Amino acid sequence: MQDRVMEKAAALLESGVCTRVLGWKTGEFFYDVTPAVFTSAEEVRTQMVYNPFCGPNLSKYLIAESRKEGKIAVFLKPCDTFSFVQLQKEHRIARDKVYAVGVQCDGMIDMDSLKALGLRGVTAAREVGDNLIVSTLYGEKTVPRREALSLRCRVCKSKRLNDCDEIIGEQGGDLPSDRFAQVEALEAMTPEERFAFWRSELSKCIRCNACRNVCPACSCEKCVFDNPGSGVRNKAAADSFEENLFHIIRAFHVAGRCTDCGECSRVCPQGIPLHLLNRKLIKDMNQLYGPYQAGADFDSKPPMLAFTPEDPEASIITNGRDGQ
Amino acid sequence: MQRIGVFVCWCGSNIAATVDVEKVAQTLAQEPGVVYSTHYQYMCSQAGQEMIQNAIREHRLTGVVICSCSPRMHEATFRKTVEKAGLNPYLLEIANIREHCSWIHKDKLTATEKAVILGRAAIAKVQLNAPLTAGQSPVTKRALVIGGGIAGIQTALDIAEAGFPVDIVEKKPTIGGKMAQIDKTFPTLDCAACILTPKMVDASQNENIDIISYAQVEKVQGFVGSFSVTIRKKARYVDETKCTGCGLCTEKCPQKKVPNEFNLGLDNRRAIYIPFAQAVPKVAAIDPNYCTMLKSGKCGVCAKVCTAGAIDYKQQDQLITREYGAIVVATGFEPIRLDKFDEFAYSQSPDVVTSLEFERLMNAAGPTGGTLLRPSDGSHPHTLVFVQCVGSRCDGGEKGKSYCSKICCMYTAKHAMLIREKYPDTEVYVFYIDVRTPGKNFDEFYRRAVEEYGVHYIKGMVGKVTPQDGKLKVQASDLLGGRQLRIDADMVILAAAIEPDKTARPLATMLTASMDTNDFFTEAHPKLRPVESPTAGIFLSGACQGPKDIPETVAQASAAAAKVIGLLVKDSLTCSPCTAKPDELMCNGCSSCEKVCPYGAITYIDKPFRGPNRTTLIRRVAQVNPAVCQGCGACTVACPSGAMDLQGFSNQQIMAEVDAICR
Repeated sequence: MQDRVMEKAAALLESGVCTRVLGWKTGEFFYDVTPAVFTSAEEVRTQMVYNPFCGPNLSKYLIAESRKEGKIAVFLKPCDTFSFVQLQKEHRIARDKVYAVGVQCDGMIDMDSLKALGLRGVTAAREVGDNLIVSTLYGEKTVPRREALSLRCRVCKSKRLNDCDEIIGEQGGDLPSDRFAQVEALEAMTPEERFAFWRSELSKCIRCNACRNVCPACSCEKCVFDNPGSGVRNKAAADSFEENLFHIIRAFHVAGRCTDCGECSRVCPQGIPLHLLNRKLIKDMNQLYGPYQAGADFDSKPPMLAFTPEDPEASIITNGRDGQ
Repeated sequence: MQRIGVFVCWCGSNIAATVDVEKVAQTLAQEPGVVYSTHYQYMCSQAGQEMIQNAIREHRLTGVVICSCSPRMHEATFRKTVEKAGLNPYLLEIANIREHCSWIHKDKLTATEKAVILGRAAIAKVQLNAPLTAGQSPVTKRALVIGGGIAGIQTALDIAEAGFPVDIVEKKPTIGGKMAQIDKTFPTLDCAACILTPKMVDASQNENIDIISYAQVEKVQGFVGSFSVTIRKKARYVDETKCTGCGLCTEKCPQKKVPNEFNLGLDNRRAIYIPFAQAVPKVAAIDPNYCTMLKSGKCGVCAKVCTAGAIDYKQQDQLITREYGAIVVATGFEPIRLDKFDEFAYSQSPDVVTSLEFERLMNAAGPTGGTLLRPSDGSHPHTLVFVQCVGSRCDGGEKGKSYCSKICCMYTAKHAMLIREKYPDTEVYVFYIDVRTPGKNFDEFYRRAVEEYGVHYIKGMVGKVTPQDGKLKVQASDLLGGRQLRIDADMVILAAAIEPDKTARPLATMLTASMDTNDFFTEAHPKLRPVESPTAGIFLSGACQGPKDIPETVAQASAAAAKVIGLLVKDSLTCSPCTAKPDELMCNGCSSCEKVCPYGAITYIDKPFRGPNRTTLIRRVAQVNPAVCQGCGACTVACPSGAMDLQGFSNQQIMAEVDAICR
């Protein structure tokens, strides 16, 4: 798979299908893979990587990249294609300037999972069948691949590659996923417990804005939190509780547009499970307005922007859920 | 620097009795930007308005805050006041210290504190107000009446008389509504059909009236003066232009076992039918749920007998979109279902009937040809028991309705009187909580039932009705006599409560017209604007607004027509300048606002912007058509980046108000 991706990237540049390729390159560490734009086959061959650590979702970069001169080729994993479609629905990506290559995905590995398996001093990892052979400073270890998967990939919702010009590997389909299990656990808590949970999680936030900057749904020209005129910018920094609300507000801003790609939690340096806020809203919307998956297609109406007379009314929702 | 004037109104004692108006004026005088603050007995009076105007001139005010009643009451008044003094009318803010404060509080200290806070919020807002100028929007000179009962017919006739075209949309195959099903009318006992059917004919013959029967409103867009309404005209499988209404098909149709809804299921009709003899339009319709041809493709008898060749089994629903300046809701009522009142044995015995069913049993065109016969065995009933308030005036509203259905006392007196008149060998009992007869000649009518016709009126409720050996054992209490009664009745007639038609709620949603908890449409003002909905351009006619008898319905129908005519004679309306406005620099072009806009006021353009280093960036940005925008604010909430703002109600202004309240 890795070779096929690299070959394709080089070929697309050489044949002139595109002038640039959006892919990944290695960062400071081998597992620290970063999105990068390549302009020649030479660059692709020397710098580009595609490996089981290529978690970053490239879709958001297309907002800026598709506005530039010439066509850009992009490699998208199934979950990235949901963001790709969602951004097109919001008219954020010029589709004619993009050549989308879908890449079959068997789930991405992440360092936290390897650490959880007790591996230290990891220097390299390669896939052999269903296993992952991990080189460490203390010798080679073999672990089952599925145990090294990132948490988000363990509850993968779909292997479907949406709206791609070309596919490497095989097209997949939607999967049964118990991605709401954690949300259900939170719902089972008492309000006090839940408040304490979120207070403790969100108080770790250092407001580095990584979650916002990586989020494909957070693509506003000017974020309300950067806009002095919005009246919320200074509030968020005023005290720790207002600060916590940053994440709640962000979750509401992306409600109905979040594809549940899980990038927010991946990039959080403090390990806050931010995706749970989004999942809770997704779960509620599914329950109230019928199943909806952002970015799954071009025609469905986002529940927060659509209205039918059958929509439940707020008072009825409260009564129903609290059983009052 | 802002120069704000604050004017605190006493509203006589309405505000001053609960709020220390002098203290409010003094406290608000300390707010930044306030240069003048005063209080007066009636700000809306001539003297009060002059006081405001003089202050504007004398103190060169740049903004005015009036602490008074709801802006719904006098905002328009005060806008004119400040405008005459040379201030832009939108530099005025009203702090509602009456409905939101003095009327709901008892303690003067806390009410005064709250009044100050509300005033402070208004001052914070007015600091950010910008002068706005109102535009004009045109008026489509055509009205839509939804519902073709007596209310809708009367409204349509009056509008048409004034020279404006009007469409009636009726969900049934014929207009006429409930009144067509009624036998006689109180308090004059004239026959309902005799007074209704000429009006139906008038409506059908009036050049200005277009009756769209067997149709329902599907979608409403637009606003006062220019609504665009999509109407679904259901397939009746009969070509309306060809059908002569001869009725031959309805006699020959082999499918005879269809419950006849016009007679409330007391007899049967055919699968192809004309609801009743005087139906308008007199055109047959095929019931697709029963027609063998439509269900299995085998039959076609009606097509064979129809000499006009009007039968069309392939007919499809038709969507009609038309423009209207005003919409009148006349959706009427339905009797409630009696599932929850099984103590009266309605589901156990066919001899327990509702009052509307009883109307059909007494009607010459009804299933018994006007002879009163028991539905169970066709025998002549001797003892009849009427039960009042079945589902009306129920405590808590769990089982029935908390309101009085208003018409039952009178029609029951009518029924009792008619029975005793026609069949003097009968005993008629009426069990009531109260007999309510307000209305011209109503009490006299009821007295006649008691005194001349010997109807037994018993104050008390029926506890239980048990069908036994062909009789209905009625167990009841006589409250005035202080005894329990047991009556062997032949028939029991239940005065079922009435509720708004089931189609009213989804319609209200389409019209964005408000309803009360019982699904009756709310009026703009319960006393002063009883035939208008709070939504501009939507008017209310008949029982959709509350239980009504025929005289009241007709009066309200004509009143609604008068309001519609008053609107349609205008060539244009002044629109509110409080419309949405996008900040193009922040707009993502994501179309969220466009999707939620109920008026279709938002479009997008690709617009060049200056980028860094002398480059040009083409960006997709939202544009609002201010003539179409109604300032509902849905877009401002949907916009993820906060680029959309409502003029006069900007996010910043709202935040300033909240901050002022929380200070």
